[in-house]
Amino acid sequence: MTIILDPTDERVPVVRQITERTGSVQGVVGLLNISKPRGNILLDELDRLIAEGAPGVEIRRYTKPTFAKPCPDALRHQIRDECDFMIEALAD
Amino acid sequence: MIDAARSFTLTNLDGVAHAFDGTGPALVCFVKEDCETCNIAGPVIEGMFKAYGSGIDMVVLGQSGDNNAVFARRHGLTMPVLADAGCKASFDWDIEIVPAVFWIDEAGKVVTKFEGFVRDDWQALSDQIAAETGQPNAQIDWDSLPPWRPGCGSKHFDPEIYDKLRAEADGSVLRARKVEVASGDDVAEFMFDQGFSDGLPLVPPTPERVMRMLAGTHRDPQEVIATVPPNMGVATVEKIAINAVMAGCKPEYLPVVIAAVEAVCTDEFNIHGVTATTMGAATVMVVNGPVVEKIGMNAGLGAMGAGNRANATIGRALRLVIRNVGGATTGGVERSTLGNPMKYTMCFAENEAVSPWEPLHVERGFKAEDSVVTVFAMTGGPVHIVDQTSRKPDQIAGSLGQGLEGVFMPKLHNLPVDALLVVCPEHINTLTVEGDYSKDRLRDRIQEVTSRPLREMVQNDHSGAGIPVADAEKMGPEKLAQLAPKFAGKEYIHIVVAGGEAGKFSSAFHGWATGAVGSISVSRKIDLG
Repeated sequence: MTIILDPTDERVPVVRQITERTGSVQGVVGLLNISKPRGNILLDELDRLIAEGAPGVEIRRYTKPTFAKPCPDALRHQIRDECDFMIEALAD
Repeated sequence: MIDAARSFTLTNLDGVAHAFDGTGPALVCFVKEDCETCNIAGPVIEGMFKAYGSGIDMVVLGQSGDNNAVFARRHGLTMPVLADAGCKASFDWDIEIVPAVFWIDEAGKVVTKFEGFVRDDWQALSDQIAAETGQPNAQIDWDSLPPWRPGCGSKHFDPEIYDKLRAEADGSVLRARKVEVASGDDVAEFMFDQGFSDGLPLVPPTPERVMRMLAGTHRDPQEVIATVPPNMGVATVEKIAINAVMAGCKPEYLPVVIAAVEAVCTDEFNIHGVTATTMGAATVMVVNGPVVEKIGMNAGLGAMGAGNRANATIGRALRLVIRNVGGATTGGVERSTLGNPMKYTMCFAENEAVSPWEPLHVERGFKAEDSVVTVFAMTGGPVHIVDQTSRKPDQIAGSLGQGLEGVFMPKLHNLPVDALLVVCPEHINTLTVEGDYSKDRLRDRIQEVTSRPLREMVQNDHSGAGIPVADAEKMGPEKLAQLAPKFAGKEYIHIVVAGGEAGKFSSAFHGWATGAVGSISVSRKIDLG
């Protein structure tokens, strides 16, 4: 047997777990624009669809300063504190 | 040599386990079969066992594997001869030389200890044991023995054994998770399967190799160097060392890799964006200062590849840290449309000896005697600029400028985008044939020869890139006649010297998105401790 040392950041488990699905959308849904061009068009449309399909849901909009860098800690924490669900608009 | 005995369980010559509980009265001797001095001590050890063996616990620990039996036969040893397999007991008991002897009291305290062969010491020990156990003195012809012989180095100091023992010891500095690869598995294939690789084979990062790598820096293995995007994984010195082993680095390269990790994980350099962009950016590393010669980096013939271990593996190690610690896997957050061979490695040293200018690191505010790594985010290169016939300084400077027209695409000008121009020694000769030719003058010349009227940058049937037609109409003919150089400012043009003496071939790297939302080049001093 050979022993090698793990070169990674040792996240466990290896396959990342997704958050448990509740089966319904309620509470606060955050829509995050990562500042890619036309991301706002996609989010506007999602905003409209959610308002139609789930009228009791509150929608809050957020914007990352730039798509090229990770989300600033303060914004990430704000979203965590304020939202039950999060939709992030990628895409060009 | 330790002051309090430690317990061990080792096998005797018949393969049967023999336990020593760490208490005495006991005599513990370490020997090596091929050590001349141990062979002088062999008969003495047997003589002491015959005299005192009934009243004390006495064992010999052999460091020689199968040859322990040869040693025992040669000297007719009748006490337990145990195999110190892997020399773990030798390491634990902290000996340096064999033979090594420990006389231990009932509480486990080491009363007498010595190494090598000083006849008086051995004789005094024999007398001490006789006195303390109330047994007759051993019958040993002390006068027939040499008064003094130096011992041999303990086998556990062989590098391949010592590093393994240090890695496995209770107080080991290593904290990384140990991954066991079953004996039936091919380690190289296993590492591919785990996703550790950039696509090329890796050196297995065994604990002993990582220990050797860590010897390349004075920094604490658990010191946090950076958090690495996209997963914001914590890059300790140890994690960087593991990836440096896999990349094929020598220990003396490690400080350069550490500085490079520091540099790319800054907000300015923004390795997250450099990795994630579909444009296929990669890190280009330029190393300056005394470290270049110290570790054997290549700044001359073939500097940008291939064949130099330091150049190749330092760049690769950086890339593996981003992949493994940061989690930037191809198809994951690494989303380059075409990819880029520089994503495997791109690292070279500046040829300061033939440069007429201040070295890059001095230009960027460091001292000449500092060793510095500078990182650039580049999407293309090295792209050759071939000019074998220019003989005047402004001619070759003009050619170098025209050679940069291809950044992004030739039609686009006024680009706020970095370029890294690597000027070869023969082109330097032409540039300076009439005297000094400053870097700034070269930058000005590049801007001058690349200046084109804006009207040539309007979108048309040949190319839809450039100024939209509607905007051009608003600008009017006078504005469209204005000249626009290739770069939005000459500060975007970075210049170094590298390459061999022969050949009129310079080269250029083409940048990515330069600036606060993209990447800004960063220099970091290399901590050589």
